[in-house]
Amino acid sequence: MSQETILEVNDLRTSFFVEGNEVKAVDGVTFDVPKGKTLGIVGESGSGKSISALSILQLIDSPGEIVGGEINFKGDNLLKYNDNQMRKIRGNQISMIFQEPMTSLNPVYTVGQQLREALKIHRGLGKEAGTEKAVELLELVGIPSPRSRVTQYPFELSGGMRQRVMIAMALACDPELLVADEPTTALDVTIQAQILELLKELQDEFNMSIIMITHDLGVVAETCDYVAVMYCGKVVEYADVHTLFKNPRHPYTVGLLNSLPRSDMDQEELEPIRGTVPAPHEMPVGCRFAPRCPFATDLCHEKLPELEDVGDEEQVRCWIYTDEWDGDPEVKVYEPEARTAKD
Amino acid sequence: MTVYIIRRVLQLIPVLLGVSILVFSLMHLTPGNPAQLMAGESAPPDTIEQIEESLGLNDPLPVQYWDYISGVVQGDLGTSMRYNTPVADEVWPKFVVTLELSIYSTILSIFMGLLAGIISAVRQYSISDITIMIVALFGLSMPNFWLGLMLIQWFAVNLGWFPPTGWEGPGSIVLPVISLGTAGAAIIARMTRSSMLDVISQDYIRTARAKGVKRRVIIYKHALKNALIPVVTVAGLQFGALLAGAVLTESVFAINGMGRLLVDSIIQRDFPVVQACILIIAVVFVLVNLVVDISYKFLNKRIDLND
Ligand SMILES: Nc1ncnc2c1ncn2[C@@H]1O[C@H](COP(=O)(O)OP(=O)(O)OP(=O)(O)O)[C@@H](O)[C@H]1O
Ligand code: SF4
Ligand SMILES: [Mg+2]
Repeated sequence: MSQETILEVNDLRTSFFVEGNEVKAVDGVTFDVPKGKTLGIVGESGSGKSISALSILQLIDSPGEIVGGEINFKGDNLLKYNDNQMRKIRGNQISMIFQEPMTSLNPVYTVGQQLREALKIHRGLGKEAGTEKAVELLELVGIPSPRSRVTQYPFELSGGMRQRVMIAMALACDPELLVADEPTTALDVTIQAQILELLKELQDEFNMSIIMITHDLGVVAETCDYVAVMYCGKVVEYADVHTLFKNPRHPYTVGLLNSLPRSDMDQEELEPIRGTVPAPHEMPVGCRFAPRCPFATDLCHEKLPELEDVGDEEQVRCWIYTDEWDGDPEVKVYEPEARTAKD
Repeated sequence: MTVYIIRRVLQLIPVLLGVSILVFSLMHLTPGNPAQLMAGESAPPDTIEQIEESLGLNDPLPVQYWDYISGVVQGDLGTSMRYNTPVADEVWPKFVVTLELSIYSTILSIFMGLLAGIISAVRQYSISDITIMIVALFGLSMPNFWLGLMLIQWFAVNLGWFPPTGWEGPGSIVLPVISLGTAGAAIIARMTRSSMLDVISQDYIRTARAKGVKRRVIIYKHALKNALIPVVTVAGLQFGALLAGAVLTESVFAINGMGRLLVDSIIQRDFPVVQACILIIAVVFVLVNLVVDISYKFLNKRIDLND
């Protein structure tokens, strides 16, 4: 990798053990987060995005368990840390914001009390200094009249305001990495754009790295530098954002792009990916995408492809890009001209 | 907050008026002539007349009510038919006993219930959780008076650790308080457990963990304050129920409380005493409700100020 990376996730595996069965929610996930950049993680619902994110901070609850892999943060494997050491990382060097601003703040404590908490834990700030810093943070995330907000309760704030409070809380201790799990999904479109814009500004200001989890490729295009595409608990493609949109390699990525509405196309021409995500108990043995892939061959159905380097900073998990490919050698996975207006 | 409390207290006035009217009507709603009822079937007519006169039963109802309520406000609860003494003198000491019994029992219920409920929730499905829930089920299904009898048998008669009856000295309160408080503790433990389990799976608990908050702080600060909201209601109801329903336990331990007084007075048709007991119980009930509402408000600021 040509630049400094802050986080390297290697072959991360997180499973849920329910009724004697192992559900491999995250099944060998590998990606890098370059310092000061934004990595997008995209994929359909249930592909393991949230579980990957929660695994980074080790916030997985029973019956879930991280069963393997490495999470190297600035060279240290966090999975070797004990609970005490992890607590010093959480909310300090790595923070997280969640999808649901309405329920992610504690209803019985004021905004100020909740903001001061991380400052007290990680910076030892007392009530007064903490309040000053809290006001500063609220101002930073664009909350009007921040001083009066400190004494308000979450129920007195709108969804967008609460998400700003969440961001302020996450930023309290100047984290080096911010994990944002669908931070705008629950908000309406104009607020969405404002929040994304805010995150971008804050990133530039503090040289913060961000993991942006979303199922919205529009959000990826706007905010990310690199993208990991996830399918059934695995990364199927990793690339920088320009390459991904210009030259997507994995048939699943292509499917996602083709189902993205574009201004120069009619809605009817959208092609959703056929079929549905396989249920955990009927996971294909070969390529997880084979049942839905228009290019699938016998090899695809029988053997699982590895995530292979296909360029400087690009990786893809698909037989087409290997020497073993047994289908049409001339296969064109992505045809940009097919996406242009037809009339 | 202060405004809320003042408003709630002012709202009590119509409630208390209603209560007093109901208690007052008790006399007049009972079929038959109250004086006849009090004096008994075979009382001579002039006795009845005398009673009617002394109770002011010949005055119009509003006048009677006015006499009654102005007396009550000044602490005059009427005169006992049985002892011919002021009802207040009769009721007050017994009320204090019952109040003490209820308060101690409620404290025991809350303390034991919260502790057991939290342990259960935090160690869900562990041996301690299962044990606590089984014990709670027993505590809940055992009638108070029966538990009282068992306690007397073991700890008073067999072991001689505590006096079997009475309400004097610290030793004597232990067994009645345990026998009255156990059911409440069981209810509160179950309530706390389910409430804590519900709260622990909420998003804001995950947020707190993502901030690096210690597990202990998450449980006692972030989770418990939310989980207490339903528990407070149960504790309040519990207290009210104890106050009114300690009768059997008072009898088992031969405690001279209001429960016994009430039952005796009903049997003896001592209506002024019955009236006074019911009035006191109702008023305390209303006050406990007020305390519950205020604690609610204190725990959960979302409650509308205008409620
Ligand atoms: N508590 C749980 N018990 C059992 N399985 C779970 C549990 N939580 C998650 N999983 C499994 O993990 C998979 C991945 O879940 P995850 O929440 O990471 O998906 P996601 O990609 O974030 O989806 P979404 O876009 O809906 O948020 C789910 O499909 C589910 O099978
Ligand atoms: S490996 Fe085969 S089935 Fe899987 S995405 Fe590539 S072509 Fe499709
Ligand atoms: Mg998710």
